[in-house]
Amino acid sequence: MLRYFLRRVGGAIPTLFIIIAVSFFLVHAAPGGPFSTERNRPAEIEANLKRAYHLDESVPLQFLRYLNGLAHGDFGPSFQYKDFSVSELIARGFPTSMMLGAIAISAALLIGLSAGIWAALRQNSAADYGVMGLSMTGIAVPNFVVAPFLTLVFGLLLHWVPVGGWDHWSNIILPAIALGLPNVAAISRLMRGSMIETLRSNYVRTARAKGLREWTTLTRHAIQAAILPVISYLGPAVANIITGSVIIEQIFSIPGIGRYFVLGALNRDYTLVMGVTIFFGLIIITCNLITDLLYGFLDPRVRYD
Amino acid sequence: MASLIRESATTEARSADVTARDIASSMTAEEVAGRSLWSDARRRFLQNHAAVISLIVLIIIAAASFGAPYLGLRDQDDVNYDMMPAAPPDFATGYFFGSDANGRDLFVRTLYGGQVSLTVGAVATLVSLLIGVAWGATAGFIGGRVDGAMMRIVDILYSIPFIFFVILLTVVFGHDIILIYLAIGAVSWLDMSRIVRGQTLSLKRKEFIEAAHASGVSTFNIVRRHIIPNCLGPVVIYVTLTVPTVILTESFLSFLGMGVQEPQSSWGTLISEGARSMEIAPWGLLPGIVLAVTLLCLNFVGDGMRDALDPKDR
Repeated sequence: MLRYFLRRVGGAIPTLFIIIAVSFFLVHAAPGGPFSTERNRPAEIEANLKRAYHLDESVPLQFLRYLNGLAHGDFGPSFQYKDFSVSELIARGFPTSMMLGAIAISAALLIGLSAGIWAALRQNSAADYGVMGLSMTGIAVPNFVVAPFLTLVFGLLLHWVPVGGWDHWSNIILPAIALGLPNVAAISRLMRGSMIETLRSNYVRTARAKGLREWTTLTRHAIQAAILPVISYLGPAVANIITGSVIIEQIFSIPGIGRYFVLGALNRDYTLVMGVTIFFGLIIITCNLITDLLYGFLDPRVRYD
Repeated sequence: MASLIRESATTEARSADVTARDIASSMTAEEVAGRSLWSDARRRFLQNHAAVISLIVLIIIAAASFGAPYLGLRDQDDVNYDMMPAAPPDFATGYFFGSDANGRDLFVRTLYGGQVSLTVGAVATLVSLLIGVAWGATAGFIGGRVDGAMMRIVDILYSIPFIFFVILLTVVFGHDIILIYLAIGAVSWLDMSRIVRGQTLSLKRKEFIEAAHASGVSTFNIVRRHIIPNCLGPVVIYVTLTVPTVILTESFLSFLGMGVQEPQSSWGTLISEGARSMEIAPWGLLPGIVLAVTLLCLNFVGDGMRDALDPKDR
């Protein structure tokens, strides 16, 4: 178990390093520095600015300096929001994004699993086709199409929920639905497929044959095994939620990290974009790692060597 | 005696020659059978109503998009001051989707946007196809340590959030549309390489490849006549499933204002404009429906292809 753990962690570190290195060198390959504007500054000011941000040093030295900063949780200064460091901006947006993401993913799990199990138990019925049709739509239709439609119907026409902002609990409903929907679709599809396969397996037949009640057969035997593919989907789901949050926070004007990322990208705030990319990378890798470990822990068939 | 041996040897040689010719002719027979695999697949595909209807819808959307300049419609930049700002759809005047905030025909803009989105789909998928097939086939063919190293790289790349790198790339190097095509393609080849590698690896050990080797077919011809045609099924399936994800990625970028720039438009930019003014002009979301329909159809066609080419998988 320990070896398995170490091997997985050992696999995550080069990935993180690649993310950091590629982002760093990409940004440093950018034509023009972060301070090149149309206005011409006196050379001394330019030089002072560069010295203040250590841009006069060699690139490898800057990289080491950046790595050292990252190790201490310092993502460097933001070149656009001059009063903030990138870490401060991330710290500001993270609680909001985290809350939205957590609600979206919990709801997606709850609804997706129930829908998938329900469809599997009524395979080839109208309910099954209905769930799978909706799921196909949920996977194919992007959330930046779904979100405006939700806003139009439930916000502007029916006035059930506010269309944007972030000061009341009802603000979270539409964004969470828009963010969770593709995952509901994917989870219900996965769960249905794996549940159908499990229900056909010998040990479920044995459980039924020995006279277990259907409910016990399902909860104690079938679902426990059928849920494994969904567990391994959790890593990608988190990545999906993070990518989606960039769009959703933009549409619903939610002050999360995704919004800073987009603003940074549109303002060409290199360090902010680089910092957030690395931060997102870190979260996704961590979640993939946790998913892997959880899977190894839950599935007795996984060998630890 | 010696002559007898020589004779039997020549007979043997002749019979070997005959066998070779048999194999050769059976190979042409196999080619016919191979073609019938595709006609089988075509038959199965045509029986799948959802896939066929989707394909027809897609063809109509593509034909309308690329044929837009020849349909005698307005130009995408034509501004109608009577339709400004945003006027609702009006079939009498031919504004099927209404007009946008600048009084431009939204239907025409959707068609032109389709040109960009569909081209991205095609070009980026082609890029991912080339990289993925080359990477996967090399790893599968060479095998051993090289294979291990190459697939380890793919594993590492898998857990990298690529969309953010594409954004970083556009931030750093500007919103060049060619760059976007290439960048999206360059980040979506991972699944393709895994599929091709797996396929090559299993094909390499198949009896008919061994038979081809034994009957003296050159490596190049084995790859050309046997490996590639046998890889084609899964690759075609995967290509049809890559196109929608690629179109989605481009729309995602354009929606955020990091993809296609004015005066060009793609479905992503149109949806973003529409979402901004939907309080006064909800018809601005119609391009979103077109995108959704296209993506759904592509998915149905992809599923249809899978069922047609890989009936085991049903």
